[in-house]
Amino acid sequence: MNLRLRDLSPDVEAVVDHVEELHVADPIAVRLRDLGFVAGEPVRVVAKGPIGADPLVIQIGYTRFGLRRAEAARVFVREGAA
Amino acid sequence: MSTLNIALVGNPNCGKTALFNRLTGSRQKVANYAGVTVERKAGEFRTASGKTVRLLDLPGAYSLAAASPDEAITRDICLGRRSDEPRPDLLVCVTDATNLRLHLRFVLEVRNLGVPMILALNMSDAAERRGIHIDRERLEALLGIPVVETVAVRTDGVSALIERFDRQLPPAPIAQPADADLHVEVRRLLSQTVSMPRATAAIDDAIDRLVLHRVWGLAILAALMFLMFQAVFSWATPLQDGLDTSVRFLGDLLRTQMPDGALRSLLVDGILVGAGSVIVFLPQILILFLFILILEESGYLPRAAFLLDRLMVGAGLTGRSFIPLLSSFACAVPGIMATRTIQDPRDRLATILVAPLMTCSARLPVYALLIGAFIPKQTVLGLFNLQGLLLFALYVAGIVAALGVAYVMKRLRRDETEHALLLELPSYRVPHVRDVLIGLWERARIFLQRVGTIILSLTVLLWFLSTFPSPPADAVGPAIDYSFAGRLGHALEFIFSPIGFNWQICIALIPGLAAREVAVSSLATVYAISAAADNAATELTPLIAAQWSLPTALSLLVWYVFAPQCVSTLAVIRRETGSWRTVAITAGYLFGLAYIGSLITYQVARALS
Repeated sequence: MNLRLRDLSPDVEAVVDHVEELHVADPIAVRLRDLGFVAGEPVRVVAKGPIGADPLVIQIGYTRFGLRRAEAARVFVREGAA
Repeated sequence: MSTLNIALVGNPNCGKTALFNRLTGSRQKVANYAGVTVERKAGEFRTASGKTVRLLDLPGAYSLAAASPDEAITRDICLGRRSDEPRPDLLVCVTDATNLRLHLRFVLEVRNLGVPMILALNMSDAAERRGIHIDRERLEALLGIPVVETVAVRTDGVSALIERFDRQLPPAPIAQPADADLHVEVRRLLSQTVSMPRATAAIDDAIDRLVLHRVWGLAILAALMFLMFQAVFSWATPLQDGLDTSVRFLGDLLRTQMPDGALRSLLVDGILVGAGSVIVFLPQILILFLFILILEESGYLPRAAFLLDRLMVGAGLTGRSFIPLLSSFACAVPGIMATRTIQDPRDRLATILVAPLMTCSARLPVYALLIGAFIPKQTVLGLFNLQGLLLFALYVAGIVAALGVAYVMKRLRRDETEHALLLELPSYRVPHVRDVLIGLWERARIFLQRVGTIILSLTVLLWFLSTFPSPPADAVGPAIDYSFAGRLGHALEFIFSPIGFNWQICIALIPGLAAREVAVSSLATVYAISAAADNAATELTPLIAAQWSLPTALSLLVWYVFAPQCVSTLAVIRRETGSWRTVAITAGYLFGLAYIGSLITYQVARALS
C-alpha cells in the first residue's frame, strides 16, 4: 500500500514508488527525481523538525536531505525493504 | 606554451572548492559573473611539463536542468553559451567517492554534453576508511572516460589528476540516447564497480541523532550561537582597542606634525576617521567569518538551517536565512554578503531586505550613550537592571520588526509559488585549516575592498559637508553650525521636530550616515567638545541629560533601531543585488518605519510625562 513520505514513521524502512507532480512540469517534483527519488530507491525518515515536525530529514541512497512536509508529500512510498 | 582551459564541475558538497584550493593555492581571483551575483572563481597553475592551466571553479549543481542562477551559470558555461567565457577544453567532474549514488547521475548528465572530461573520485581516503571499494579501472571502461582518485586535503592527493593534464586530451565522450534513464544506468554502474558495507557513515548517524534532536539539537544550536557571540564581542575587544589606539595615535601624530589647515583636517577628520571606523570592525568580522566557515566546512550549517526552517518560513524567510541574519548582529555588511549561500533569488532578496534590522554592533555606542544618560540604574523586580532591560528590548524590537517586515513582504509579493527547501545534509568533516584560511582571506579582502572604498569616499564627502564653508572670524557657535551639514541640519529640523529631534541631533545624523557610531563624536562636535577626546561620550552624557527631554532620547533610540543610518549597508545591497530599486525600497521602508516608530514613541512619551 502506498503512503506519502510525509506520513512515514521515523526509522521505518521503505521504498520509493513514485513522485507526484502537483502541476504540469512541477519543478520541485523534477528536482526530487534528479536527487534520486525514483521507483525502487530505499528511503527512510531520519528526523523531524522541532516545530510542527517540519521539515523532515530523509535518507535517500547515500545522501540526507531536509525536505519540507509539502515537498515530502509529493513522494509516494511503500513500507518494507527494497 | 599552450594554455588549457579547465572547469571543475560537480554536485554541491563534493569537495570541489577544496580541490580547487589544492590545485591553485592562493593564486585565485574571485569576482562575479557579468550581470549576475554568482561568484566566479578562477585560478592558474603550471603542470610539470610547463603547460599553463586556467582553472574555473563552477558553482555546484545537482543537475543541468538548472533550478537557480548558480546552476544556470554552470550549465551555460559547460554548453559554451556565455559570450564572456570560453567553452572549457576539458571538464573535471568532481564526485564525492562516498556519495556516488547521487553524484554519478550528474556525471552521466555532463558526459552527454560531449565535451572531453575526466571523472575525479574525490575524498577517496574517506571512502577507503569507510570500507567502500571502487573498481576504478572498471568504472573507467564502463563510462568511457578517464577516472582518477583524488584527496583534495592531501598535498600529494591531486598528483594523478595534474599528471593527466599533461597528457593528450581524452576523446569527447559519446552521448547516450536522450531517453536513457540515468538512474537505471547509475544503479548498473554501482552494482558492477562499487562495494559498500553500509549506506551511511556510522559517525554521521550518531552525530545526527543528537544534533537533529528536537530538544538537544536546539540546545546545541543555542550553545554554539552563544559561543559565537561571546567570541565576536569579547575576543575581538583587545584587537579592536589596539587598532583604535593605533588609528588615534596616527591622528595625533599628523595633528602635531602638520600645519593646521584643510589638508590636515581632511587627513585626520576625513580619511583617518573613515578608514578607522571600517578597520576597527575587522577583528569582529574575521572572528565571525571564522566561526561561519568552520560551521560551514564541518557540515553543521545545513543542520542549523533544518532546525530553524519552520520558524523562518512562518515569517516568509527560509532556514538558510539564519546565518546571514545572525551575522548581521555584528554588522549587516558581512550578513548581506553571506546571503550568497541562499540559492533561491526570492528567499535571498527577502533576507537581504530585513538584514539591516538586526542590531549591529555599531549601534551599541549610540545606545550606550542614550541609555547611560537617560535611564536610571535601577533594579526592576529585584532581579533585572533597567538599563540592561531596555537594551535587550531594543534588540528584540529589531528581531520582531525583521520578522514582521518579512511577513508583510510575503503577503505583498505577487509570486505565490512554492519555493523548495531541498537541503542536503552532507557528511560531517573535520574542517581543513588551509581551506578555512583561504576562505577567511577571501572574505576579508572583499570586505575591505567593497566597504573600504565606499566608506572612505563617503566619509571624505561628509567631511567636506561638515567642514565647508568655514565659520566667519567672529563666529560664536561651533564651526559645524556654519557648514553645509549644519545648514542642512537646521533645514531638516522642521521634518524632525515632530519626532522630538533638535537641530543638534539633525546635524549629527548627517555624518552618522557614514557609520552609525560616528554620530556620537558628531554630537560631541556640535556641543563644542573636542571630538578627539577619548571621553567624548562621558563628557556628553551630563550635557544631553540636562538639555534633552526623555521623550527625545527614547525617540532617538527608536530611530536607531530602524533608520538606514549606514551607507555601507546600502552600498553592499547595491553590489549584492545589482539593483538600485532594491536599495531604494530598503532605504524607503526603513526610513518610514523609523519615522513612524519615533513619532509614536515621542508623542506617547510626551503625553505620559
